[in-house]
Amino acid sequence: MRPTADELMTVTAARALAGHVSCFVGIGLPSTAANLARRVHNPDLSLIYESGAIGARPSRLPLSIGDGELAETADAVVSVPEVFNYWLQPGRIDVGFLGAAQLDRFANLNTTFVGGTYQRPTVRLPGSGGAPEIAASCREVFVMVRHSRRAFVAEVDFVTSAGHGTGPGFRAAWGLRGAGPVLVVTDLGVLEPDPVTRELTLTRVHPGVPVADVRAATGWDLRVAPDLGTTEPPTSQELSVLRRLTEGSSP
Amino acid sequence: MAELVDLAGGIAELVRDGDTVALEGFTHLIPSAAALEVLRQRRRDLTLVRMTPDLVHDQLIGAGCARRLVFSWGGNPGVGSLHRLRDAVENGWPAPLEIEEHSHAGMANRYVAGASGLPFAVLRGYQGTGLGAHTDTVATVTCPFTGENLAAVAALRPDVTVIHAQRADRRGNVQLWGLVGVQKEAVLAATRSLVTVEEIVDELEPRPDAVVLPSWVVTAVAVVPGGARPSYAQGYYERDNDAYRAWDAVSRSRERFTDWLAEVS
Repeated sequence: MRPTADELMTVTAARALAGHVSCFVGIGLPSTAANLARRVHNPDLSLIYESGAIGARPSRLPLSIGDGELAETADAVVSVPEVFNYWLQPGRIDVGFLGAAQLDRFANLNTTFVGGTYQRPTVRLPGSGGAPEIAASCREVFVMVRHSRRAFVAEVDFVTSAGHGTGPGFRAAWGLRGAGPVLVVTDLGVLEPDPVTRELTLTRVHPGVPVADVRAATGWDLRVAPDLGTTEPPTSQELSVLRRLTEGSSP
Repeated sequence: MAELVDLAGGIAELVRDGDTVALEGFTHLIPSAAALEVLRQRRRDLTLVRMTPDLVHDQLIGAGCARRLVFSWGGNPGVGSLHRLRDAVENGWPAPLEIEEHSHAGMANRYVAGASGLPFAVLRGYQGTGLGAHTDTVATVTCPFTGENLAAVAALRPDVTVIHAQRADRRGNVQLWGLVGVQKEAVLAATRSLVTVEEIVDELEPRPDAVVLPSWVVTAVAVVPGGARPSYAQGYYERDNDAYRAWDAVSRSRERFTDWLAEVS
């Protein structure tokens, strides 16, 4: 079974959830990865959906963050103000899992608009949702974005959710208490912020992916870690569970 | 005490041109039938408030009912864009749409402030993002006890909030359960409220996880079985995911949307 690019990305992200207690899940690839992790890498992982489902155990992938099965299988169901105020805001949740249309070298995320101006955008995107506060308050943030120059840009058109802002000290100065994006998983490899400069650095490539391809798909002069690694290919167990999970569930 | 009304009569009396109207529901229990009735009665110049504007708002915006949208995430969940919303924002079709944009945490707290009778709410939010520069209902406040800077968001006080619930009793006490979203806060924040329900029962059987809105905080209740479709009502029917996927094609073209509008009007 040869994994597709999305499968490589999903398995890599799911593995990163091993050892964590709780994960705030957005819909799409992050939800797939979190549900895979709960089946293979971390059976006790508590999935938290912004619709108010805490500890949800869906049997199939939900289409929306509010599908009925989330509430029916959850440890607790709470109101939306409670999810944000009591659960997310105090920093109770380990990992926030986000996607984005654009991100920059400091992992600032844009889900608001692309092109034109805020008032008259070329492409208007759905907007913030829970992302700004997930990015601010989860202990760590994982980001999943398919690698391309359209997505990995020198400058985002809008900062919907703050990553590492303009570099060292930014998060502390703005009172952002979580560590921010610590891991960006793409279909080509894995990027992590440099401990000093906070700039995203390529730390791993997926098997067979040349560094030149990653650079070519990045809209800034991408730094590469001196000890660049390679991700382990998905196991047959990971792939078969993932494929059962996604069977017939994509829109 | 809440009055029992029919849907058309309730909308005619409670939703007026120029009103600020919150139609709330967080994926579950979306007041779809009530929203369609607002569209059919051709309300104009509305300020629509909703954390997660979805199909019903796409319809109202495409039909030209809205002047302004106050929101935090506008998309077709799991499917993609709301094309009528995008067309209004990107191209001003059928009319320009003002937007007032927040995060979910901000919107939820704005409803909490409204429900609490406070002028604003405080949260850790918006820091380091671009939203504050475009949204004048977000500001920074300093905590009088610790000196810490926090976000303040203005209270939401809709003229009318419309929600859907599972059931009510004959006196108009309303009961809803499952994912209850922000509906309690949205009703308590509003001047008037209309609740559509799946059924009226003689006696509300207590449920440990249910929200109950006593009759005296609800203006009117209308029985509309299936009133949340294609959203769902836990315990009654499931979410029609295919309908959300199918809306994408209707919404994508002005022509197909216009045909849809002619059919439902």
